[in-house]
Amino acid sequence: MDVFLLSRLQFAFTIAFHYIFPPLSIGLGVLLVIMEARWLKTRDPLYLEMTKFWARIFGLIFALGVASGIVMEFQFGTNWSIYSRYVGDVFGSALAAEGIFAFFLESGFLAILLFGWNRVKPVTHFLATCMVALGAHFSAVWIIVANSWQQTPAGHHIVGFGTGLRAEIVDFWQVVFNPSSLHRLSHTLAGAWQAGAFLALSVAAYYLLRNKHIAFSKATLRIALPVAMIASLLQLLTGHASASGVARNQPAKLAAFEGHYPASAPADMYLFGWVNQEKERVQLGLRIPGMLSWMVHGDSKAPLTGLQAFPPDDRPPVNLVFQTYHLMVLLGMGLIGLSLLALLLQFRNRLSEQRWLLWIFVFAVLGPQAANQLGWASAEVGRQPWIVQNLLRTRDAFSPNVSGGELLFSLVMFFIVYALLLALFIYLLNDKIQHGPEERTSMEGHRA
Amino acid sequence: MNLAFDLNTIWFFLVGVLFAGYAMLDGFDLGVGALHLFTRGDENRRILLNAIAPIWDGNEVWLVTGGGALFAAFPEVYATAFSGFYVAFMLLLFGLIFRAVAIEFRSKQPMAWWRRFWDISFSLSSILSSLLIGVALGNMAWGVPLDAQGNFNGSFWSLIHPYSVLVGLCTVALFTMHGSIYLVLKTEGALQQQVREWSRSTIISFVLFYITVTMFTLLYVPHMTDTIRANPWLFLVALVNMLAIANIPREIFHGREMRAFLSSCAAVIALLLLFGIGTYPNLVYSNPQPANSLTIYNAASSRKTLQIMLIIALCGVPMVLAYTGSIYWIFRGKVKLDAHSY
Repeated sequence: MDVFLLSRLQFAFTIAFHYIFPPLSIGLGVLLVIMEARWLKTRDPLYLEMTKFWARIFGLIFALGVASGIVMEFQFGTNWSIYSRYVGDVFGSALAAEGIFAFFLESGFLAILLFGWNRVKPVTHFLATCMVALGAHFSAVWIIVANSWQQTPAGHHIVGFGTGLRAEIVDFWQVVFNPSSLHRLSHTLAGAWQAGAFLALSVAAYYLLRNKHIAFSKATLRIALPVAMIASLLQLLTGHASASGVARNQPAKLAAFEGHYPASAPADMYLFGWVNQEKERVQLGLRIPGMLSWMVHGDSKAPLTGLQAFPPDDRPPVNLVFQTYHLMVLLGMGLIGLSLLALLLQFRNRLSEQRWLLWIFVFAVLGPQAANQLGWASAEVGRQPWIVQNLLRTRDAFSPNVSGGELLFSLVMFFIVYALLLALFIYLLNDKIQHGPEERTSMEGHRA
Repeated sequence: MNLAFDLNTIWFFLVGVLFAGYAMLDGFDLGVGALHLFTRGDENRRILLNAIAPIWDGNEVWLVTGGGALFAAFPEVYATAFSGFYVAFMLLLFGLIFRAVAIEFRSKQPMAWWRRFWDISFSLSSILSSLLIGVALGNMAWGVPLDAQGNFNGSFWSLIHPYSVLVGLCTVALFTMHGSIYLVLKTEGALQQQVREWSRSTIISFVLFYITVTMFTLLYVPHMTDTIRANPWLFLVALVNMLAIANIPREIFHGREMRAFLSSCAAVIALLLLFGIGTYPNLVYSNPQPANSLTIYNAASSRKTLQIMLIIALCGVPMVLAYTGSIYWIFRGKVKLDAHSY
């Protein structure tokens, strides 16, 4: 078996599964802070019940995030040993910082958030909730710094020779604030807030449709809707900043986003389309002439670097990048429209009458999930064939001493175990949602 | 081998602190997992589970951060060890995954088969994880075949030999002992009486393994004792280790549970310290060609990175210790089940 292909497949599969959970923890973390702050301010038991309900769901999500996350921490070493040797000096530092500054904070204070209700004062509990949310955000900071360094390496120099080449830090702050880290961080965080807010909206809409827990659901809507709208609108700004950064720093990726082939010409934007990689053009597409040039340079006649400026070996798989990128943008626009419409109806106090809209919200929880996955896919696939842009190729970076058989074993195991975990996660999440916000002890049950 | 107090040695020590912290903290909750199936009755099992519920994932962060620190400070070791011990590490990861979800899922449904399935998962994955960690340590001590590029060129089965298995079993015994003493601290009544009896047998079995591993090491793995022979004062660590172990049954006999647990913690730390002293300055010892060994010098990151990481550690670690300490303090005392328990 092809070790390179299997290594990529395993990384893609395990990271995609893992990435279901951290955005939810980050987004729910923000909501928990708001809910518990409301409880402290109003002392309305509704908000306490709400905080406890979402804390229980947070605990479930967090457990799966931890279980699938520990794999990621070690997979660079197990499957990408040459990459690890090459980047350890730079990339490893960000990962270690994530452990020290984020994971300890998050998992330490999670103990108080989940189990400390009767052990600490309400204010202390609230502070613990804030720390958990902060830890989740810090974790995003460091992992995005590490990943952005792969996209736009800075603050390093290359030493050694032959197979012993490696990147070493020259300026730590240039590594941290490399050209893409800030706008990629803001774009990712806004996506995570969307994921959390739309989960809360989905559950609240479901209860309203079922005519259950009405006060709880309306209060949840009041908190989650503004978060959903702000996060969705932020995606416009941060998405635009990210794409402009890609235009400056990774022109091949930007060209792949829109299937722009001419080496230097004004570039169009497509609402949708299909890239024919042999004929090097977009087919069956709806085109806005010069729009990409206008978005990047404010001038629809300005030439942009296209894929033909790069040798075929240095181009990403164009159609895959094009499709994932366009689907992400489409979903993003849909989520903006949805949250604006809902907020408008909310202001006129007519939201809970619009059953069709509530049904859309029940399923809209999948929107941010899909957009987050697609966005990451286009960011990572768009960087190919490089694992570190212009420095190290993906095909030169995997562990050569792991055999195809060993990889097949681990990959099949991941498929089986993760399929089981996903099924159990959905089953338990649904069970908690069906049960509703009232507390129950683990001793109670459906068994007579 | 003489000790040198340079940046590389400091990082060897700091990575060691993270892994020793992991062994001391996750060690007891892995041990609780190993003992889990010996308890009868749903309520007793829930008490065991809730004894570790608030703190186990914080404990596991020590492993994750240790891995990150190894990546940052000694990338060659991170790359060699994890790709070399591929199958063993995958099994460890599956063990840790099952353990994490078993703790979270077990009490979420009332069905007897559901709880039994997750009880078994929790216990077996705890034992498997402890065993694999021990086998890895055994291989680091014994040495593994490395080529001139520092790549491991053996197979999974070449990692399984009498010495590594012995260290693996000794680790299971150590964590089980540590876990049983932790449970003496967290339980009361009839359950505590039972746990107390366990602690007696786990201490005896650990001491037997400990003596066997020590003899085996002295006879067949002489390079592990080079540093101590060159620096006889380090023998004090071995002495502290033995005294700490001997002190455990004494404190339990007098009913001083906290002091028994602290002695057990000291024993774990001293054991890891002995291991570190034995391997120093190697991180992965190459056997049969010692010249290919990965040391704290040829496997390290640049001086600049080690300095930056030291600043990060000096900022981060005191904070981590402060709030981890407070959280243990908040959850002190006997386990009481309530609506928020697992």
